[in-house]
Amino acid sequence: MTAQNPPALGTSPATRRNLLWTLVRFREAGISVFILILVVAITLRSPSFLTVDNFEDILLNISILTIVALAQAMVIITRGIDLSVSSMIGLVAMMVAFVVKEHPEMPVLFAVPLGMALGAVLGTFNGLIITFGKVPPIIATLGTLSIYRGLVFFYSQGTWINSFELPRSFKLLSKGTPLGLPNMVIIAIVVAVVVYYFLNYTRTGRDIFAVGSNPDAAQFAGIRKQRITFLVYLISGLLTGLAAVLWASRFESAQTNTGLGFELQTVAAAVIGGVSTSGGAGTVPGVLLGALLLGIIQNALPLVHISPFWQLAIQGVLILVAVVTDNLIVRRAQRTRK
Amino acid sequence: MNEHLLELRGISKSFSGVEVLHEVSFTLHPGEVHALLGENGAGKSTLVKIITGVHQPDKGEILLGGEPVHFSDARDSRQAGIAAIYQELSLFPDLDVAENIFAGRQPVTLGGRVDWRKLYAEAGKLLDSLGVKLDLKQKARTLSIAQQQMVEIARAFSINAQILIMDEPTSSLTLHEVDDLFRLVRRLRAEGTAIIFISHRLEELLALADRVTVLRDGSYVATHPMKEVTRFGLIRMMVGRTITDLFPKQDVTPGEVVLKVENLTRAGSFYKVSFELRRGEILGLAGLVGAGRTNVARAIFGVELPTAGRIQVEGREVRITSPQQAIELGLAYVPEDRQLHGLIPAMHITSNISLPMLAHYARMGWLRDTRERKSAYEAACQMDVRANSIWQLARELSGGNQQKVVLAKWLSTQPRILILDEPTRGIDVGTKAALHALMSKLAAEGIAILMISSELPEILGMSDRVIVMREGRVTGAFSRAEATQEKIISAATQDVATIGITL
Repeated sequence: MTAQNPPALGTSPATRRNLLWTLVRFREAGISVFILILVVAITLRSPSFLTVDNFEDILLNISILTIVALAQAMVIITRGIDLSVSSMIGLVAMMVAFVVKEHPEMPVLFAVPLGMALGAVLGTFNGLIITFGKVPPIIATLGTLSIYRGLVFFYSQGTWINSFELPRSFKLLSKGTPLGLPNMVIIAIVVAVVVYYFLNYTRTGRDIFAVGSNPDAAQFAGIRKQRITFLVYLISGLLTGLAAVLWASRFESAQTNTGLGFELQTVAAAVIGGVSTSGGAGTVPGVLLGALLLGIIQNALPLVHISPFWQLAIQGVLILVAVVTDNLIVRRAQRTRK
Repeated sequence: MNEHLLELRGISKSFSGVEVLHEVSFTLHPGEVHALLGENGAGKSTLVKIITGVHQPDKGEILLGGEPVHFSDARDSRQAGIAAIYQELSLFPDLDVAENIFAGRQPVTLGGRVDWRKLYAEAGKLLDSLGVKLDLKQKARTLSIAQQQMVEIARAFSINAQILIMDEPTSSLTLHEVDDLFRLVRRLRAEGTAIIFISHRLEELLALADRVTVLRDGSYVATHPMKEVTRFGLIRMMVGRTITDLFPKQDVTPGEVVLKVENLTRAGSFYKVSFELRRGEILGLAGLVGAGRTNVARAIFGVELPTAGRIQVEGREVRITSPQQAIELGLAYVPEDRQLHGLIPAMHITSNISLPMLAHYARMGWLRDTRERKSAYEAACQMDVRANSIWQLARELSGGNQQKVVLAKWLSTQPRILILDEPTRGIDVGTKAALHALMSKLAAEGIAILMISSELPEILGMSDRVIVMREGRVTGAFSRAEATQEKIISAATQDVATIGITL
């Protein structure tokens, strides 16, 4: 039996040392190469792309996306999806901005835990509908996507909170650079490190992969499936709440349409970064690269004189390419099993 | 002092009114391999699920080490040291070998951090102690079935299982892999683990098991030391029932050959299958679950393409590559799993019946309702479907009536060759008799029927001829007069190499 002689690396097609195969199989490698090619190509057309300033700009732009995409990735790993993140951003940003406006005397740092707490409440609601209500995640969060957006209007009575109404300290919360890099970028890095540690070095983190990879087997292994499912939506709310505070601070406003359509970008970053839509697989570096790729495209389109209207279409193509390669990998892996 | 590690007393269990286990008793000693034997549907799997706490018995008690226990789910039984390896493996395809072994129980450091180094070290030690060589970092998705089984066994051992249940572990292994598995099982036995081993391969059980308990139709038959029984004796215990006249097959003189299959092969699932099917004849296709019978049917119907061999329909050589083509050639296939392949539960009876023939009822893409309704009604009447109206949803019907709708659906295509896969599985006795009468009537009207069935009485009662498959090969062919339960079981369970030895 093969168990006695494990296939030597390089003999089975799944592990064949084939450059293209490696790039396809290890998403981080593939996407890195793609990003490099893209950077070179854009720089050739427009040398101003490859400057420290521009790169800092890109990082600033993808910080919020990264935070929410990491949360989204955790949800997708459990075979779920959280479509409500964009409305959570809208609602939390509106509420936090309102509190900050009304209480300028409040220490501005307090806005961060406030936003996270509000987000956690919204995420808890999602989790309860999905676990107790037994509603499929896509339907449940589609529902709360509308509900939370409705609450934004209800809460704000249709008005905006504008830049001049917000204290300067709140605006600097995201953009200040006391540590050299903008706070927002540092926060995103911290979140990424924490999520990485959580997913790879805690039992709960590993349970998230187990539940997504084979829910029934997870139960047999004594993993509390419902609790894990609930938890990822709670975390999604928590991180989205954080992102919402940064959003309000960065754009110095809270509007009724804040974050509109953002959920698709987070799903795109996760899926392009190699998070499997059938659950069970995904890495933090992959998601970071996925977000970076989206950020580069967004940033570079005007530089190379392509209408930003193309952005969505390009994003769509990337998602499809990512999912198709995933399917090919699964199919190929299954073929080698027999 | 109690010598029984596990004891079941008078276990009964019913599912929706049908009793699948009746007063079954079972004992297990430490350090023995105990074979659980019975025909398909004898209740083995249900018994296993009761031991592992997946199902709870309606009556009877379970004693573990002499103490009564109650398992309310699979976690309880695991904690009590009972591990089961099911036919469908339960690994995490995206996790690696080591993590699969410890999933949900990863070793952690004092700080609560998963101790990966320890996890790999312990997984390595465990596999070494089992004498299994596997790459610890390989993803489960890419392992062979045999390797996956090894991971499951290792997982069972990581929880210090005293009782290991293996449900048909050898059914998808090669001979060489079976040897390795047996070596492992013997070793575990030597270390004091009690093993419940389910298999249909009698030779295997005779070679491996210490004792055997036979179940038949949900009842306990006997427990014997393996040394004291013979192959033949086991078969007799498994069969041991009289055939009633529940299966009335009208005598028909078979007509010309309508379907001829020659050396049909699909690599990996069946090999060199040949048979002829005549007008008005019912050909029974017997064998155990997983013998490749369904695959043959699916190949003939164009669902799975054969890799070699020839098919002739009504004398013409054909290459069937799609169900549409099969339907046009006059074939119909009633699949095994009604819910999954045969019916659309959320549609009403009419739509279900007209589904394969929609093109006939449509003109320029628009359905012509009246014709559709009329033929559906006629087909439903012919099949004696009991429903409030032909607008009732399929899912609201009883199992037997669902099966009638499926039959009506295919009869509306006016097939000349009808393939029925387990036509009466899970259907109550009364409806079963009605279905058998219908099949008989259809045959008398000149339809050629290929009937796959795992129920021996049905095979013996309904078939004009019987062919038996085992592990993808035809291992026996009998006329109605020749066929007996013993011969069929023997052909279905015998090693391919020893065919020809008569009982």
